[in-house]
Parts: sequence; structure tokens; C-alpha cells
Amino acid sequence: MNPLLTVEDLHVRFPTRTGVVEAVRGVSFTLGRERLGIVGESGSGKSQTGRAIMGLTPTHAEISAKRMEFDGIDLLRAPPAQRRALRGNRIAMILQDPKYSLNPVMTIGRQIVETLRTHEKVSQAEARKRALAMLEAVQIRDAARVYDLYPHEVSGGMGQRAMIAMMLVAGPELLIADEPTSALDVTVQLEVLGILDRLVRERGMGLIFISHDLRLVSSFCDRVIVMYAGKIVEELAASELSRAEHPYTQGLLDCMPRIGADRHPLPVLERKPEWAL
Amino acid sequence: MTTALAIDRLRVTFDDFTALKDVSLAVESGESYGLVGESGSGKSTLLRAVAGLAPVSGGTINVNGKRLGRHRDKAFYREVQMVFQDPYGSLHPRQTVDRLLLEPLAIHGFDNSERRIMRALDEVGLGSGFRFRYSHQLSGGQRQRVAIARALILEPSILLLDEPTSALDASVQAEVLNLLEQVRADRKLTFVMVSHDLAVIAHMCDRLMVMQNGEEVEQLTAAELTARRVERDYTRNLLVASEGFRSGA
Amino acid sequence: MSQATMTRREWLLTDRPQSRLQARLGRAYVTWRRFTANWLAVVGMLIIMGLILIALFAPLLAPYSPYIGDLAGKRLLPPGAGHWLGTDDQGRDILSRLIYGSRLTLQVVVLVAVIAAPIGLLVGTVAGYAGGWLDAVLMRITDIFLAFPKLVLALAFVAALGPGIGNAIIAIAITSWPPYARIARAETLTVRNSDYISAVRLMGASPWRIVLRHIMPLCISSLIVRVTLDMAGIILTAAGLGFLGLGAQPPLPEWGAMIASGRRFILDQWWVAAMPGFAILIVSLGFNLLGDGLRDALDPRGSSQ
Repeated sequence: MNPLLTVEDLHVRFPTRTGVVEAVRGVSFTLGRERLGIVGESGSGKSQTGRAIMGLTPTHAEISAKRMEFDGIDLLRAPPAQRRALRGNRIAMILQDPKYSLNPVMTIGRQIVETLRTHEKVSQAEARKRALAMLEAVQIRDAARVYDLYPHEVSGGMGQRAMIAMMLVAGPELLIADEPTSALDVTVQLEVLGILDRLVRERGMGLIFISHDLRLVSSFCDRVIVMYAGKIVEELAASELSRAEHPYTQGLLDCMPRIGADRHPLPVLERKPEWAL
Repeated sequence: MTTALAIDRLRVTFDDFTALKDVSLAVESGESYGLVGESGSGKSTLLRAVAGLAPVSGGTINVNGKRLGRHRDKAFYREVQMVFQDPYGSLHPRQTVDRLLLEPLAIHGFDNSERRIMRALDEVGLGSGFRFRYSHQLSGGQRQRVAIARALILEPSILLLDEPTSALDASVQAEVLNLLEQVRADRKLTFVMVSHDLAVIAHMCDRLMVMQNGEEVEQLTAAELTARRVERDYTRNLLVASEGFRSGA
Repeated sequence: MSQATMTRREWLLTDRPQSRLQARLGRAYVTWRRFTANWLAVVGMLIIMGLILIALFAPLLAPYSPYIGDLAGKRLLPPGAGHWLGTDDQGRDILSRLIYGSRLTLQVVVLVAVIAAPIGLLVGTVAGYAGGWLDAVLMRITDIFLAFPKLVLALAFVAALGPGIGNAIIAIAITSWPPYARIARAETLTVRNSDYISAVRLMGASPWRIVLRHIMPLCISSLIVRVTLDMAGIILTAAGLGFLGLGAQPPLPEWGAMIASGRRFILDQWWVAAMPGFAILIVSLGFNLLGDGLRDALDPRGSSQ
């Protein structure tokens, strides 16, 4: 099977006054129609990896890669118009906080319809029907009412579901979710993940799930990439997490408090300079 | 044992929204007490009400046997200090660490400020190299250590912790939690800690209260939580949720 | 030599300052570098520095007396070799008058800033932090002042106090603090509920201490920017009062008054009114450029880098 996404030796550099900061340093992976988790702490370059694939890297940054292909399309050399067409249509992204990613002065329904109609030629009535169906698919009970609400009138969990509905309405093949549930309460978090899980499974999408929470990612994804200082330190199947070999992955797993484990003090992660080499 | 903090039917009302509905609790001296809940549960409001940062509209708060009035006096702040959630927002952006730590000493007229500042920095594991840095020259974990040093420099007996690690990376969280346990043991402090993370509370606290919508759901000991001896469904849901995602659940 | 400057730079830019002084100097140096990166701002600063130098050394620079002219032979001479900017109807050298006039301009600007900015800062921060009825009272007073056009209000004050440069300064200062109060209040409102102010409250600090030591320093940079940008307006108001005969009185070489006396000859001897006009233009421009540069350099939101 041909991979959906191939990334080889991806670099993202930010020139600053004090020199060049390399946020991503030679990241390579392939993605089929599966769920891949990218885990790392702040500054590990996990979000910049996702943004580079999506084409949302700030303009002053430099991106280079030996290969960055989505379904045979060279993402680095694709003209801007083609990338825009891909974005939202075949590749979609969910961001952390729906408060900042939904337009505050447009109703939720209209935003979903707009998204759909920029990518497909459908009538207004048809678009509305599909938007409502999509809202139901993300388990919003009263879809017709939520359709006419503004983002500030719904809760965080509801907003994130609306965001997922908006991102998935055009039927993308690849979904990049950057900390999609970190701003939500734990119980809501699981509901949203359940919805995401079902949709990805049913539609056969590829999913890149970016998060700082190693345990959450491993419980949700098939495969996990662990990043540190802009590099991949370990790649492993989610089920094999307990057999992680890299001390960073082990340390990351170990330092979380667990209910029932009486460890005082908690083991701390000793960062070795050679990991960042 | 004496009661460090006793709260009786505390009520907090913002305009016409009641954020805290008649919550009562008692924390023994030297104990570590946790408040768990999701957003809007009123757990942070309770902490802020004790600190005098939220409007109390009913009920009483007693600290070390003294009933608190509407206005907190200086002596109160010598007893009770607080560490905030967001390490990026809790340090003044135009002040050096030195200045941040000097301010409480100056307000309360402490002598020997030079030595106290050095000792406070040592205690939180920062050392004198950090003394003249501005907050933007510090990482999140370092900022939270400065915030802890600032809270401890007045030598309080009660420390209020409002999600002290939820903005930090997991590995940094472990370091800060260890630091907090260390200072509690060293100084025999009473902790009241708020978190949305059951595991953190279970790790840090002897007893805890689960809260929802401004009300108490139940009070438990950490041992009961560990043994899953919980009464209420809501607590059980939180316990399940804290274990991560299960497909098909 | 180059090695020594390198280490001095590193000393300033270090992440681990060893003393209060080094931390403060390091911060000032970063601000200075951000400021000098903007060449227009540097131009503005040079203009203002030039103005200050000219004002300081006026007696040395001025080729003639600013007050005594040659009525017999030198009235209304066009710009030329003897008088670079020409002479006015009293036969006085315009360049010399402009040079001495810079002292008046500077005096107006500095005094207005020294009087108006602290008043605005105090009123704004106290209103913003206290809230409630104190806020309402202070802000309504501010609104009353804002409701009048600046020049009209200044005119009223000068009319009441009597004409003269000193009264003009007081009048302009009284009319220019309300915008500063507004800015300071807005800034205060954004920080008053922040955790770091709550933390200071939890230290047991008194409201005065919080306002003076923790809130005011945060408002000062935006206020400096605004005052600098307003300097041009202040100069123009002072010139306007001078033009109307309510500011500096003859024979003082105030620029606005000079334009006023030159307007009678504006068609035939344009330079009499135009030269002080140019002077006002250049100095106003200088303050505006400087203010713009300071805004970029002092903006606290940009200083996290």
C-alpha cells in the first residue's frame, strides 16, 4: 500500500536576532490510513512538524525536506493555489482551543457551510443538510439549534465538536489534530476523543495526533513518535509503550503521578545533552 | 491536632452567579488537602475566597482559630500564601527575581533581606545565578519555582496551591511536585491544593474533596481513592477518565 | 579594543546578570538596540537632540541679537548671504530669532510634559485600580475636559489667567492630561486582575503601594510614547496661542508669534512667516518619529524575546 504521507528529513528553522533556531531537525516518518501520535514536551518541535505539513509555518521560517509528499503531491514545491485547495479539503487540522479557531462573528452552521462550499460546488440547501448531518455525527444532540449559535454561546466541548465537524465536513483524507482536547475537562475530553476515534475509523482517514500527554496518545493511537529537541528519539507501536527503550520515553512515562502508585518523591527526568545531538 | 483552616458553608456570588454554594471543610494543621473538579466546579473560587480575592457572600472562614473578616490584615498574609496556576502570568513582567522576592520582605519589614532572598532561592533549587533575571528569561518551571519562593519567603504556615503544575510539562511537573513535598516536610506546612488531575491530588494529598458546579460531591481520603472506595458516580467517572482513552468506551 | 567591546556587549546581554545594575543596564541596552534598529526613529532622535543643543548654545550660535534689529537698513531682507533666513519687519535676523525661540519651544514642551503626564498617570491609575465611585468621579471629570477642543479650552484658561508664556504653559498642561489619564486607566484595567497583581495583594501590600510601585511602571512606557507623539500637538497649540497673541508676548521670539507677525507680509515677503513655520514642522516631525520609534522599542509585549 502506498503511504498517504511521506516526510523525509524535515527541517524548520526560525531566524532570530540572536541566530537561527532549529525547531525541527530532520524528522522522517510515513503515514498510512492509521493513527499516528506525535508526543513531546514544549519546544520539542511537535507542533511545528504538524504545521509544516499543513503549510501553516510562519512566513519568516525556512522549511526544507528531502521529501514531503501527500498522495504523490510534492508539498514543498506545490504552488500556493494547490496547497490552499488541499488545505481543508484533503488535509484538515484541529487546533487546541476552539475559542481561537472559530470565527466569533459567524454562526457555527454558516462556518461549516462556508468551509464546505469553498471546496465543493454544492447548493445552499444541500450544504445546510450536510452541515447538520455533520453536527449530528459529532454527537451534538440538538444540531438544528447549535447550527444557529455563535461560538461564544456554546461550551468548550461543544465548540471543539463544532470545530471537528467543520474540519471533517469536506471529507479530508488526512487529519492533523494538535492538542485537540487539552483545553477540555477530562470527561469531555474522552467524549471528544471517542467521536474522533469513530469518525477516523469509519472514514478511513489518516490521523496525526499531536500531544504532550504520552499516556493519552498511546491509548488512542496505533503508533507513537516521541520527539525531543526537534528530533525523533523513538518510534514504537502504542501497545509496546511499556517496552520503550529510549531513556527519555521511559522517563516521560515514569514521572507522571499515578493513582495507587506510592512513589515519593516522583522519579524525575534527567535530561542528557546527548539526546539533543 | 489543631485545625488550620475551617470553612463553614462558604458562599461566593459574582453578580448573580453563585460560584460556590455552601461548601464546608476543615483542614488539620500540617495536613495536605486536595480539591478536585472540572472547570466551573468552584475549586479555584474556594481558594481565592480564602485568600481574599473573591467576594464572600455567606459563611465563615477560620484560619488557625481566628475568624476572617471582610478585610485581611497583614498578619493574615504572614500565615497564608498562594501559588498561582499560570507561571507566565503570576510574575510581574518588569521586575527581576530579586525585586519580586524583596517586595514581600519590604512590606512586612523583615530584616536581613539579602540572606533571606539567597536562602529562598536555594530552597527552591534555583541558586543565586537566577537572582537578577527578569521573568521572561526563565522557563515555566523556573518561574513556578520563583513563585513558590515568593510564597515561602514570608514563612507562612498555610500554602494555597491553585493548579501549580497544570501549565507545565510532565517532567517539570514531577520536579515541582517533589519540591512542594520537600518544602512541606521541611517547614511542616499545611497545603490546600486545587487540581483537575486526580492523579496529582492523589499523589500530593492526604484527603480531598471532589467538587462539581460549586458544590461538594464527596470528601475522601487518598487511601479510599486509591482503593476505589468511592460513593458517587461522578467521582467514579473522573477516576475512569483519568486512566486515558479506551476505544469503544 | 574590539575584544573589549565584545565582552561588554556580552556582559550586557547575558542571561545571568550578577547585580541589579547589570540587569537594569542589560534591559536598557536591549531597548536601545531595538530603538536604533529603526532608522527613522534615530532621525527623529537626532532632530530632537539638535533642538536641545541649539537651545543650550543659542548665544554662541546666533549671529545677531534676536531682539534688536536694524530698522533703518535691514527691514524685510530676503534670505541671502548676510541673513541666511532673511530679516523681519523690525529688521531682526530670523535665524537668530529661531535659534533663541527654540529655548521657548523646549521650555513649553518640557514643562507641559512634566506637569501633564504625572497628573494623567496618577488620575488614570488610581481610577482604574480603585474602580467604583472613585473611578466614576475621576473619569467624569476627565470627560468634561475632553469634551472641549484643546485650543478653545486653553484659550479660555489664558483669557482667565492673562496672556504670557507661563500661563500658556499652564493652560496647555491643564488641557492635555485627560488623554493620559484615559490611557493609564485602560492599561491599569488590563493588569489589575492579573495574577501578578493578585500576588502582590497577597503579600499584604497597600493599594497605594500597588498603584505606585507595581502598576505605574507598567503604564509609563505607553505614556512616554503618547507624550512624545503629543509634543508636536503641544508645540502647535503653543504656536497657536502665540499666533492669537495670547501666548508669548513681543518681542519674545516664540515661533507661533513670529508667524503671526509675519502674516501681514505673507504674499510679498513669504520668508517671514514661512521660516518659523518650517522650524515648527521639523521639530514636530522629529517628535513624531521619536514617538513612533519609542512605541516599538518600549512596547512591553515585544520585550519577551
